[in-house]
Amino acid sequence: MNTASANETYNYKVVRQFAIMTVVWGVVGMAVGVLIAAQLVWPELNTHYPWFHFGRLRPLHTNAVIFAFGGCALFATSYYVVQRTSQARLFSDGLAAFTFWGWQAVIVAAAITLPLGYTTSKEYAELEWPIDILITLVWVSYALVFFGTIAKRKMKHIYVANWFFGAFILTVAVLHIGNSMAIPVSAMKSYSVYAGAIDAMVQWWYGHNAVGFFLTAGFLGMMYYFVPKQAERPVYSYRLSIVHFWALISIYVWAGAHHLHYSALPDWAQSAGMVMSLILLAPSWGGMINGMMTLSGAWHKLRTDPVLRFLVVSLSFYGMSTFEGPMMSIKTVNALSHNTDWTIGHVHSGALGWVAMISIGALYHLIPRLYGLKSMYSTNLVNVHFWLATIGTVLYIAAMWVNGIMQGLMWRAVNADGTLQYTFVQALKASYPGYTVRVLGGAVFLTGMLIMAYNVYRTVRQRDAVADDAAAVPQTA
Amino acid sequence: MNSFWTGWISFIVLGSIFGCAWLLWATRKSQKFHTETEETMGHSFDGIEEYDNPMPKWWLYLFMATIVFGLFYLFLYPGLGSYKGYLGWSSAGQWENEVADAKAIYDPLYAELAATPIEELVKNEDAITMGKRLFLNNCAVCHGSAAHGGFGFPNLTDNDWLYGGAPEKIKETITNGRNAAMPAWEAIVGTEGVTELANYVRSLSGQQNIDAEKAEAGAKLFQANCVACHGTDAKGNQAVGAPNLTDSTWLYGGTQQAVEMTLKSGRNGVMPTFKKTLGDERIHLVATYVYSLSKQTQKSE
Repeated sequence: MNTASANETYNYKVVRQFAIMTVVWGVVGMAVGVLIAAQLVWPELNTHYPWFHFGRLRPLHTNAVIFAFGGCALFATSYYVVQRTSQARLFSDGLAAFTFWGWQAVIVAAAITLPLGYTTSKEYAELEWPIDILITLVWVSYALVFFGTIAKRKMKHIYVANWFFGAFILTVAVLHIGNSMAIPVSAMKSYSVYAGAIDAMVQWWYGHNAVGFFLTAGFLGMMYYFVPKQAERPVYSYRLSIVHFWALISIYVWAGAHHLHYSALPDWAQSAGMVMSLILLAPSWGGMINGMMTLSGAWHKLRTDPVLRFLVVSLSFYGMSTFEGPMMSIKTVNALSHNTDWTIGHVHSGALGWVAMISIGALYHLIPRLYGLKSMYSTNLVNVHFWLATIGTVLYIAAMWVNGIMQGLMWRAVNADGTLQYTFVQALKASYPGYTVRVLGGAVFLTGMLIMAYNVYRTVRQRDAVADDAAAVPQTA
Repeated sequence: MNSFWTGWISFIVLGSIFGCAWLLWATRKSQKFHTETEETMGHSFDGIEEYDNPMPKWWLYLFMATIVFGLFYLFLYPGLGSYKGYLGWSSAGQWENEVADAKAIYDPLYAELAATPIEELVKNEDAITMGKRLFLNNCAVCHGSAAHGGFGFPNLTDNDWLYGGAPEKIKETITNGRNAAMPAWEAIVGTEGVTELANYVRSLSGQQNIDAEKAEAGAKLFQANCVACHGTDAKGNQAVGAPNLTDSTWLYGGTQQAVEMTLKSGRNGVMPTFKKTLGDERIHLVATYVYSLSKQTQKSE
């Protein structure tokens, strides 16, 4: 099938919209991240305006990078992949357009309400109930568009990427509705229907699966299309994908309890959460192996193709953080790591190394094709971005590992008389160098995103020129 | 937890784990090839094909190892509803054991030191160090690492005491906490009265820039309203924690504006109780440290 006829068949408009907004929200979300990292080094940056305090900007950062940047990347790639691998146009253009504008409205609402201090105080689910309802509407439409398109497919089988996208869409719907159940008391204030340890458990069932389904299953769907496509190699093992898919989605929903080790959560739930987190190691690695091994026979392409480099390095970070996660869920390790910067390092090795890098790689593959071009405006700039992203990620996570382990050790150090060897403020002071390195790492990563934004802008402009050229040619046929 | 929930939890936990084991076994059994080949599944999606390769062996063993570990762990530790686990471990039990171990080591040490009166103990360098460590981890958040205090938090090194600086008084403060109650006076003496009183109060410590007329009017208001706590000489009363107003120590600032604010809205400083957090013996050591700070100040004076 050639590209020209594909453009007539498939709805690329909504994919283009989401793809461009992925870049925009990526820049915004990561810029807020660099700002709040800087606030931890220079507290004076918490100006006397409450809207720009760390406590209000931090949820803005997490929401912007997970749901705005990551969300738009997932919408863009899932709509692209489901059409191309099902050979069917999206089920409904109108609903697809609604998911785009609805999702952007959610993001803008978040960007306004979070700095104003409206929050449910549930991590990664801070948005208040009216916005939660809009999210639900958008998500149900998303499910209709996605599964409707699957139903229209022209072949018997459903491609593995679509299993992951489908699991991500369904489970996120259940998680969002389950965790956001609340009783509104005013237009922008509500109280959770759950209380105490149950509320905590529901929150982390949601919170960890925001990682498991939003940031893992969804992006594995992305990986299963863009890695074989960019490497031009068959997927390594169909059987491995079956086993790791079912194991991943059935085990992941259990893992949330490891966020509540040594808390008021009943012991049985903590133990079950830990065991399931450990068993999750192999299913998680299944995706990494299948991606990496797909490249066997195509390794030489890494020398010339920076897009493939993004994809491969993202898989390496994925493998690393899905090893680290089960290790941190072991109670003994968690007793050291909990509440330290190690957790933040772990999250960012997944968020920057895996989620952002695979999205960036997928976008560099996607954007030229969406605009009828062969490649990005500048492959050199893609390469520069690759190195900035890699160096930025490594600086960030190394700083947080060092900080986290140091904090864990300092907090538990005891004198011969049973008193604590270090006060909290001493551990904080010792964390300063790490915080500075983090700002540096984040700024390097953000610079890469700015270069990407420029490169995307020039690419899209190039398309305009191509369109103009085409229009200038007399229609003789 | 009743047996229904225990059964349900066991069913879904073990069901998930055995489900994975079955999936591995069934997939392995149905594998056509046992080494890597170039055979594909025969489908193509947008040009992407899939090899019919077997699952990597090392990965399979890793998966099985985690399942075996998981089942063994669930046998040893509580995980299946109300089943207590073979080892009988509980997080509360672990905490109790650790506390008991710590008590066995440290209690004799603290008991011995707590038996010594503070006036004696203050000569013991080790005791001062221990008291300081406790202070840094429990008190420094408000009073500062050097115990110099801050706005609303008394300086503990200046030998100026709100509730008394004798060892037993310091101990009493730490043990039971203190709730200061300076009432709000604006409703009673009026806005003008607040200004007048502030001028008078500032004049007591010999401050400059006093409006003499207002201070005179303030003096009358003071005698009518403030002497019950602060005394006719304004030197305060440690029994109720009323500060001496004739010295230059100001907990909430000594400028005209700050004193007016205190008079207008009142102040309700709170020192929390540490009875449960620290216990009598550790409080004895913290009190010794705090007492030593004022002793040093006395010496240098």
